[in-house]
Amino acid sequence: MAFYVAQFLSGLSQAASLFLVAAGLSIIFGVTRIVNFAHGSFYMLGAYLAYMMADMWSGAVGFWGAILLSALTVGLLGVAMEVLLLRRLYRSPELFQLLATFGVVLVVQDVALAIWGPEDLLGPRAPGLDGVVRIFGLPFPQYELFLIVLGPAVLGLLWLTFHRTRWGTLVRAATQDREMTAALGVNQTWLFTSVLFLGSALAGLGGALQIPREAVNLQMDINIVVEAFVVVVVGGMGSVTGAFLAALLIGQLQAFGILIFPGITLVLVFLVMAVVLVVRPYGLLGRAPATARGESHALEPPLYPAGRGLQFAGLALIVALIALPAVLGDYALVVLTEVLILALFAASLHFIMGPGGMISFGHAAYFGLGAYGAALLVEHFDAGMVTGLVVAPLAAGVGALLFGWFCVRLSGVYLAMLTLAFAQIVWSVAFQWYSVTGGDNGILGVWPAAWASPKWVFYYLTLVLCTGGVLLLRRIIFAPFGYALRAGRDSPLRSDAIGLDVTRYQWLAFTLAGTFAGLAGGLYAYAKGSVFPTLLDIPISVDGLVMVLLGGVQTLSGPIVGAAVFHGLETEMVRYTDYWRLLLGLTIILLVLVFPQGIVGALQSRLGARFSPRLREQVAR
Amino acid sequence: MSVLEVEGLAKSFGGVQAVRNVAFTLDAGELLALIGPNGAGKTTCFNLLNGQLQPDAGEVRLAGTSLIGKSPRKIWRLGVGRTFQITATYRSMSVRENVQMVLLSHHRRMLGFWRRAADLYRDEATALLERVGMAGQAERPCSVLAYGDLKRVELAMALASRPRLLLMDEPTAGMAPKERIELMALTADLVRESGIAVLFTEHDMDVVFTHAHRIIVLNRGEMIAAGPPDAVRGDPRVQEVYLGSGAMFGQGKDKDSAA
Repeated sequence: MAFYVAQFLSGLSQAASLFLVAAGLSIIFGVTRIVNFAHGSFYMLGAYLAYMMADMWSGAVGFWGAILLSALTVGLLGVAMEVLLLRRLYRSPELFQLLATFGVVLVVQDVALAIWGPEDLLGPRAPGLDGVVRIFGLPFPQYELFLIVLGPAVLGLLWLTFHRTRWGTLVRAATQDREMTAALGVNQTWLFTSVLFLGSALAGLGGALQIPREAVNLQMDINIVVEAFVVVVVGGMGSVTGAFLAALLIGQLQAFGILIFPGITLVLVFLVMAVVLVVRPYGLLGRAPATARGESHALEPPLYPAGRGLQFAGLALIVALIALPAVLGDYALVVLTEVLILALFAASLHFIMGPGGMISFGHAAYFGLGAYGAALLVEHFDAGMVTGLVVAPLAAGVGALLFGWFCVRLSGVYLAMLTLAFAQIVWSVAFQWYSVTGGDNGILGVWPAAWASPKWVFYYLTLVLCTGGVLLLRRIIFAPFGYALRAGRDSPLRSDAIGLDVTRYQWLAFTLAGTFAGLAGGLYAYAKGSVFPTLLDIPISVDGLVMVLLGGVQTLSGPIVGAAVFHGLETEMVRYTDYWRLLLGLTIILLVLVFPQGIVGALQSRLGARFSPRLREQVAR
Repeated sequence: MSVLEVEGLAKSFGGVQAVRNVAFTLDAGELLALIGPNGAGKTTCFNLLNGQLQPDAGEVRLAGTSLIGKSPRKIWRLGVGRTFQITATYRSMSVRENVQMVLLSHHRRMLGFWRRAADLYRDEATALLERVGMAGQAERPCSVLAYGDLKRVELAMALASRPRLLLMDEPTAGMAPKERIELMALTADLVRESGIAVLFTEHDMDVVFTHAHRIIVLNRGEMIAAGPPDAVRGDPRVQEVYLGSGAMFGQGKDKDSAA
């Protein structure tokens, strides 16, 4: 009995810090609609700053001063990010700010590494709260009890702020209807800046409060941001009370899950999120978002088939890709093969994100299912490469068919988080089903058939399959099915009124995209000779998003350019510097600022006349 | 047989009886206006007819087939077109592509994965745009059109599926006076040519009394008058609803600014 009570209490204290971070994320998203990947980085910075300050100053004043001051400092960093970066991107395509915040994540990772080093840092105990109390005879840290009380206290303060102050009322108004709030003369800029301050400060506070509990380390950012997103989505985006309830739920799950379901601990949280979202599509306390008026983001331009210039450029590119093996060495060919594979992966993600209007945070699932589909055949059935490359897209397609059925019933960030949940479920199966997948050790020896093993042969094979895949997806976008998808994205109301079954088309599109991603994954498995659970993990999904957004989600060639630029940059930077994350992050931030609609998107609007003469002519009339 | 038969239609939200016992028929080639002050139940009535809402009681038949319990998509397939109070078009597509979408859906060609959508039913779409005076702007994206032009595009989209019944929710809302007259004159022409039955709601009484063949007046969910324009104009209950009883202020009668 005593043991369960202690477990319950530690779940509560876990929930408290989770709530702080998630509340900040929820407030930021509610008002600005920014999916802030950097939120976890702010949490980590809060912990590092508090560690550093508490180390410098001693005593109770020093400790608690360090906690508060680091929260405020992180809040100011949030303001800096808004003023210097995000503010310039409010008119970009939806989600484009995500790319900028991803750049910040990379930069913060390396800055923290440079300042505090790679070792885990153990902070001091909280003065005055460093003892234990006995609960049913078992010792329980006083500090944890303090956190248990702190959670509801912060909830109360936030509630008072939102319901009793003018600023809070404005924040609630903007969460409900941003355009109307702006139309009533509220200064959006300052509202956004102040919201970023509060949200980031809460993240910093959450991180700072961790230092007596766990060692400060460089992996804190990614772990917490995913959990915080889960909490926010389960609670309902923009609802602070919902975030509190969800944090309690997740905290208890983590405390008791390990006792009840030791085999699936890694995925329990995502399973619960999936169930909540299937039953309540907008989270526990969330409401259907107000219909966006679509004016705040960059206008979705019409799509025109390639003009002469672009056709010629595309042909020239293919000719160049065919000719390259004559001049390139093996290493360059390997990199180019990867670029081709990632281009197909990015194009498949773009297919649902662009024309389909469905954001996926879990596209890695289908890439990985393809890779594992091929690798498992090799491992357990001794199958050949051709069989593997046929099964890879099929396996991923079946997975997408199954998961897609649930996903397309949601929209926006909820849909995105459900795709993430499914991806994490697949990942944990690959990770924990040791007897079949080899778990962490992966599956080795997935080599191409003998005829395809020279680098240049495999390169040509990849070139044919990936170019074919990309062109086929492009063809579909211009076919009636692609139009049906865009119709569902542009106006669900009108689509329903002209007999289009939007959900069904989205489901089919999701399956198609998964199938093509699976082909890319299968090729990747043979290119690398091995598969690991990391292929299914969040970084691959994020890479896909980054490639699509970097190239330009509103264009058709954007994903391909994005894949080439991103993978090329990453590969080269890793070769030449240890601080490649910093460099890559800064490059992404720079690209985002120079090309606020993605690289191809920006080129298209500048060189519009050359690429699609019809667009400029028709808009200008 | 009438194109549309409505009997005993009723719907309440919570304790509010939004529509009660509404009944009427509509013949081919007829323009029927549904008017009434704000909150009279016009939009509810519309949504009951097109399947957005399910009635608590009553029957709706399209050429003898019951529409009750059918989804908006199904009802559209049976031949009920509609235009929206606030235009809903595909902003990332050209004017012609918007019409082509309807044609593709009507001919059940949406699951094509190879042929260019822009090449299918192109001439048919152009002809429809010709009819509403938008052929000259066929290539422009809908996102850059003037509002009045969007309304014309919507009309072409509604006609593309060759509906037997066209539901128009405030077809001229948000338009300039001259455009209103033109759009309704165009609609009246189309009705005459093709024999479509049109049910429309409207706040502009000039439009209503100039073009409607018959008028139904709703107040607080109930039909208080129905008949040709002249009869409705002279009906004392209609005058009371629209102008107030005149006895004194504050008797709680709904007043409407459009009256």
